[in-house]
Amino acid sequence: MKTSAETLCLGVESTADDFGVGITTFNGEILANASSGYIPEEGGIHPREAARHHAEAADKVLGEALSKAGVKPKDLALIAFSQGPGLGPCLRTGATVARALASYLSVPLVGVNHSVAHIEIGKLETGALDPVTLYVSGGNTIVSAFDAGRYRVFGETLDIALGNCLDVFAREVGLKHKRGMPLGAALEKIAADGEELIPLPYVVKGMDISLSGLLTAATTLLHKRECRQEDVCYSLQEHAFSMVTEVTERAVAHTEKKEVLLTGGVAANRRLQAMISSIAEEHDAKFNVVPSQFATDNGAMIAWTGVLAYTHGLVTPVEESYVKLRWRLEKVDVPWIK
Amino acid sequence: MDKIDSQTLLKKGAEASLFLANWHGRKVIVKVRFPKKYRPTELDEKIRSYRTAHEPHLMHEAKKAGVPTPTIFLVDKKNAAITMEFVEGKQVKQVLPNVSRIEKQELCVSIGVLIGKMHKCGVVHGDLTTSNMILSGGDKIFLIDFGLGEKNTEVEARGVDLHLMKRTLQSTHYKFAEECLKHVLRGYSEILGSEDAEKVFEKMREIERRGRYVDERKQA
Repeated sequence: MKTSAETLCLGVESTADDFGVGITTFNGEILANASSGYIPEEGGIHPREAARHHAEAADKVLGEALSKAGVKPKDLALIAFSQGPGLGPCLRTGATVARALASYLSVPLVGVNHSVAHIEIGKLETGALDPVTLYVSGGNTIVSAFDAGRYRVFGETLDIALGNCLDVFAREVGLKHKRGMPLGAALEKIAADGEELIPLPYVVKGMDISLSGLLTAATTLLHKRECRQEDVCYSLQEHAFSMVTEVTERAVAHTEKKEVLLTGGVAANRRLQAMISSIAEEHDAKFNVVPSQFATDNGAMIAWTGVLAYTHGLVTPVEESYVKLRWRLEKVDVPWIK
Repeated sequence: MDKIDSQTLLKKGAEASLFLANWHGRKVIVKVRFPKKYRPTELDEKIRSYRTAHEPHLMHEAKKAGVPTPTIFLVDKKNAAITMEFVEGKQVKQVLPNVSRIEKQELCVSIGVLIGKMHKCGVVHGDLTTSNMILSGGDKIFLIDFGLGEKNTEVEARGVDLHLMKRTLQSTHYKFAEECLKHVLRGYSEILGSEDAEKVFEKMREIERRGRYVDERKQA
């Protein structure tokens, strides 16, 4: 019988533009975290094109993960995959890979909620146990905290996600997505040279925020060419980040939890980190931020969440492994938290 | 003359700190919006002074429409401080889980009636949570914390208000969220009339569908 340090789970992530494969032990040691990103020639993610990329990259990424971990397919005891929420064609590609692997190896399959995985990898890597989490990415902007069996959503965006807002604006500025340099990071660099704060819409509704008006106003301002580009980028970031920080602080005050976790792709932004760190300190809570290699979508977070689910009695029979494009965070039972 | 004595910190909220104080022999709450270090100073000052000026105004409007709100005594815009009546009682957030089913129903209908009266007089609250409702003297519910509110009669704004109420019930009172919401809406309907209320309810459902990953996503 293998010990949990030797038992391995392979996780497949494919909700959006990244195809990732991670391998973790049942103890939470990450042995590999390989990925390949789809970069559109122009504009945002085209779901079908992204799925095509995933199908083409799957073989290479799987091989890379296995060789990095130094294991053979037969060493795997569990296959986890991102079952939703996300883009249909992308999710289906990852699910197909995962189903094939599990059937071929005759090991159990477990479907994982992508949002839960972002929270769990953050907790694993930072040691946070019961945080208020701000999960910000291209597709999600959620303030949540655990209560009675599930991650409850305290606040979220009423329209577009924070990463989406930044990406669309970055494209308006004329920035191009390059390998190793996400649009948000490129925008952050320009914003760092901003000097003057230009008034823009600031929309907080209870614990929810709205970003679409801010994006429209900033875009209009940009195209008028009356202000410095750096100032518009800076002002957009400051307004958007202040809004998410305000609602996160509300959740911290409301729940009185003593840890704050920043996770998801936008968590890599230093300015946002400084803001969230500031409100954590204000409420005597410990600030945690997911390490940058686990901030964006990745397979390791799926593998680790798969371990948590499987070791608490959850498996997904192949006939129930259809993808869930709309699978909200608060609909997921998390029996591994007491 | 306007000396405020013996301030003790009652609650440090996210947006403001509440101090219990004595003002001319009265027990008062001093609500202070301290600067937020995370925001740029210009933005921070704008938000704090705007909310400090608008909150008392909205509370007064609501009070005129028959919605109990704490009486305002002083507004100090420069220091973003509001001095108001201290309302004895318990937060509805604490009361709701611990009362019988019938009492829950009554409480929720009363909440709906208050929201209805407030909306009818042109005020939306902007942060309807059960923490912002105080049950005083056993049957009177005070609405507090109008910092995110505004004068607005649009169906959209009213819909957001009810959506926020629903969200609070789902995140904080998930065990009986649906039943509570039903009674809140019933009370609301009594005030606005079923025709107008239904428009707001439909908007509330539409707002929910706009959200991410809901099952019945709005088709464009």
